[in-house]
Amino acid sequence: MTRGSGRRRIQLHHTRDGWLFVAPVLLILGLFLVLPVLMAAWVSVSDWHGNGSPFASGVGFVGLDNYRSILSGGGLAERDFGTSLRNNLYYVVLVVPLQTALALFLAVLVNQRALRARGFWRTAFYFPSVTSSVAITVLWLFLFSTTGAVNRLLSFVGIHGPNWFQDPDGLVHLLLGRLGVDSAPGALADHGAIGITWWDWLAGPSVAMTAFVAMAIFTTSGTFMLLFIAALRNIGEETDEAGLIDGANSWQRFRYLTLPQLRPTVFTVVTLGLIGTWQVFDQIYTGTQGGPAKTTLTPAYLSFSSAFNNQQWGQGAAIAFILFAIIVVLTLGQRWLLRERS
Amino acid sequence: MRRRRGAWWAYLVLAVLAIGYIAPFLIEVATSFKTDPEAASSPLSLIPATPTTAAYRTLFVNSQLPLWFANSVLVTVVVTLGRVLFQSLAGYALARIPFRGRAAIFAGLVAVMAVPNVVLLIPKFLVINTLHIYDSYAGMIIPLLADAAGVFIMKNFFESIPSSVEEQARIDGAGTFRLFWFVVLPMARPAVMTTVILSFQGSWNELNHFIVASQSPSLYTLTKGVAQLASGALSQGTQYPVKLAAAALMTLPLAVVFFVFQRRITNTTSGAVKE
Repeated sequence: MTRGSGRRRIQLHHTRDGWLFVAPVLLILGLFLVLPVLMAAWVSVSDWHGNGSPFASGVGFVGLDNYRSILSGGGLAERDFGTSLRNNLYYVVLVVPLQTALALFLAVLVNQRALRARGFWRTAFYFPSVTSSVAITVLWLFLFSTTGAVNRLLSFVGIHGPNWFQDPDGLVHLLLGRLGVDSAPGALADHGAIGITWWDWLAGPSVAMTAFVAMAIFTTSGTFMLLFIAALRNIGEETDEAGLIDGANSWQRFRYLTLPQLRPTVFTVVTLGLIGTWQVFDQIYTGTQGGPAKTTLTPAYLSFSSAFNNQQWGQGAAIAFILFAIIVVLTLGQRWLLRERS
Repeated sequence: MRRRRGAWWAYLVLAVLAIGYIAPFLIEVATSFKTDPEAASSPLSLIPATPTTAAYRTLFVNSQLPLWFANSVLVTVVVTLGRVLFQSLAGYALARIPFRGRAAIFAGLVAVMAVPNVVLLIPKFLVINTLHIYDSYAGMIIPLLADAAGVFIMKNFFESIPSSVEEQARIDGAGTFRLFWFVVLPMARPAVMTTVILSFQGSWNELNHFIVASQSPSLYTLTKGVAQLASGALSQGTQYPVKLAAAALMTLPLAVVFFVFQRRITNTTSGAVKE
């Protein structure tokens, strides 16, 4: 046997072994991730209503009808989709900056040089992140009930707390109400987008949604704190000490020496936050099913309930794909921004 | 002197924040031992005035919680074992076996990781239904057996260990699988533990996959059962002690794992996501 054919045989062995080793993962991901996406792509352009196989001969191709009915149909489907986008948008706008800022603040506190019991603090802040969203939602329903812990705390400072999870009033509308603006100015009430008026777009997150916002911050700040801690350790203390020698105070050192070096991590945390906050599902399923008055409806939950509760499988799949597009655009946008900076 | 004063207020801020993060769980446990009226009248107190285990008795006697618990344990154990085996095999192949198509598979895995989970709810149901494994343990377990992120953790680890040991074993004539099983995997204990913890946490907390993969009450896991409890399945009235007892029970196994492996978790989670 020549040397060349021996090497080729080893190469063949490698190829066989390699494919055998990755086969289980490929098979499962192919079957339950790639294939489903392709099937759903078909369903989103079909008139399948949940009976039998979506590939049966009676199921018709309807082009972009499902997408049209949720984006411009003028009916309930469009209004629901618009409402869910609005709700989720306010959720994202509140949760992402707050959780990022809090996570960074916690990391800086926990990472101080002279701190004792570092492990204890880290554990305390991280524990909510490991528990299930179902358990936390159940806890939240109690804490934010009419007679719950939060309202009791508020009563100590003389505030009569709302019935959080039953309160559909938007924060911006409430604020405007205080200023005497109770109903929509004509221009805002007469025009709109995706089935709801500009006045409703501007409602702000409902009181119920703000309770979910608080929950998201409570459960994710710990995870992101760990990312920031790892980044702070990589930076090390040399630049900080240099700043100390130059007489910069601790805020100046943080703002001008540490923060610029944390930029990549901030971007990572913001991206992960954006991706995660557009996928709110478990909490809504467990807690409110979209209520009160649909103000906690999110696209992820709407996609599920359109299909499983209302048998509108085509619309449900179409919503899922629009959501997918939103998340992909955000991810690519972040990649692009990062490349510009570095 | 200055630094000490700085530390003083830092501890105060930390303590206030820590209370905010811990108190909800203490209230959860305390309330689970209260009566319904007391849960409503003193929602903040950490010591029940008239302690009672009624909530736990309701859960164990009048609800399906023991069944949910058993289902959660079964699914979690099988998923964790399967994931660890499959993703270490795949991670090893991607790190160490130079085979044709490796680059393509790697690129495919990266792309697949970007697909958000909730987008797959309807599609996963369609496939599970088509394969006739809807409403069965198979449908609940098999789709969870592979996780692209776990493959990367294992791949990164295998790339970090020196290949000299394997080369020695290879010269001794060991086949690739024997080599993997008896030589490489035992060396990978730290990475295996990391993936065990992550899979355990992931499958114990999993909800939306089970919603679309099954419907019979006999297949309910804790997440699904407790979610239904939350919307008032068992009860007249609010029954907060019962609900919070259920939440506390489902958190307990995670809390145990968390405190046992605390150091590893808070160190590796950041390592795993960092990339």
